Amino acid sequence: MKARALLLLIALSACREDMEQQRKFSYLEPSTLWADGTSARPSVEGTVARGAVKAAEEAAAPPPVTADLVALGRERFDIFCSVCHGLTGEGDGRVVQRGFPSPPSYLSARLRAAPAQHFFDVMTHGYGVMYPYADRVPPQERWAIVAYIRALQAATPVIAAESPARSAVPTGGDDDR
Amino acid sequence: MQIFRASADTMLRLGLAVVLLGPFCAAAFGMVVVRSNYMTGENQTPIQPVPFSHAHHTAEIGIDCRYCHTGVEKSARAGIPPTKTCMTCHSQLWTNAEMLAPVRDSFVNGTRLNWVAVNTLPDYVYFDHSIHVAKGVACTTCHGAVGNMKLTRQAAPLNMGWCLECHRSPGGNLSPPSAIFSPFPQEKDSAEIEALLSHYHVSNAGLTDCSVCHR
Repeated sequence: MKARALLLLIALSACREDMEQQRKFSYLEPSTLWADGTSARPSVEGTVARGAVKAAEEAAAPPPVTADLVALGRERFDIFCSVCHGLTGEGDGRVVQRGFPSPPSYLSARLRAAPAQHFFDVMTHGYGVMYPYADRVPPQERWAIVAYIRALQAATPVIAAESPARSAVPTGGDDDR
Repeated sequence: MQIFRASADTMLRLGLAVVLLGPFCAAAFGMVVVRSNYMTGENQTPIQPVPFSHAHHTAEIGIDCRYCHTGVEKSARAGIPPTKTCMTCHSQLWTNAEMLAPVRDSFVNGTRLNWVAVNTLPDYVYFDHSIHVAKGVACTTCHGAVGNMKLTRQAAPLNMGWCLECHRSPGGNLSPPSAIFSPFPQEKDSAEIEALLSHYHVSNAGLTDCSVCHR
């Protein structure tokens, strides 16, 4: 009888999930300890996040433009920007096709003339109906995206109608910018 | 004098059978139960505060996984996007949709959107998204064809046997870099597997050590 009771106890002990659900807060776990119902606590005022100093330094100093930087920029642009700005920067992205206000084309005269810092600042702080992306795209990647925007602009050069360079550019029609 | 009736023999045999086979049957039953979808959660679709469709946002609109799950390449958690990410588009699109009222409430009042975790692991498993993605395991390999999911469901059993299948023989579960964030699993032929293993420098040496997943 004793042995049986012991067996039953051992069997029941297997039902406990102490290890599976440990007494610790994991990612985004709810909690009744605080009024807002979450275990994730807001930072104390004046908190400097780990890496914030480095990020500020990177934001202040554009990295040298290399092929790798432009490749990173292309990848990040396709993820975060192309949804509205379009894969070529014309402002015709998939979300715009569904009714989001159309952003200005990067290929416009105004944005070709805009300094690199302008694009970086728009990503950081937002512009018009565009939300800021600082929390989604770190500074180094923002600079990479700026480099890629410049590459997009260079890929569609503005060539005057009378320019001799025109004959060297294969054209697909009359709608050259 | 006859103490036992003739049926007593049968009862004895049945009793013996139960005593001998019972534990095996009970164990087998237990093993079937723990592997069932009921216990693993496979194919279950939790009810969410907003009926978010991965099919619509990924396959139809073409938004990259990383637009919302920004942590997936850099940290253990892929991350649930903050309400602000939803409002990046929905401050302009479907602004009066009843379906999105909880999102707007959350954004205006700073309250939590209580998304229900679809895929959960026990607390003693230290899974890391970043290394899996870096080594060629596509999102769809574990999360299924999210491009087809109008509501998000758990696509894999997520039990240890399932993890180990891949950790013992990872080749067949690797995808080329271009397909890692695709909303649909990509077909590949067996000749590609060797190339992918060497491209990602993946071998199964050490992949089944306890400390790879447990601490």
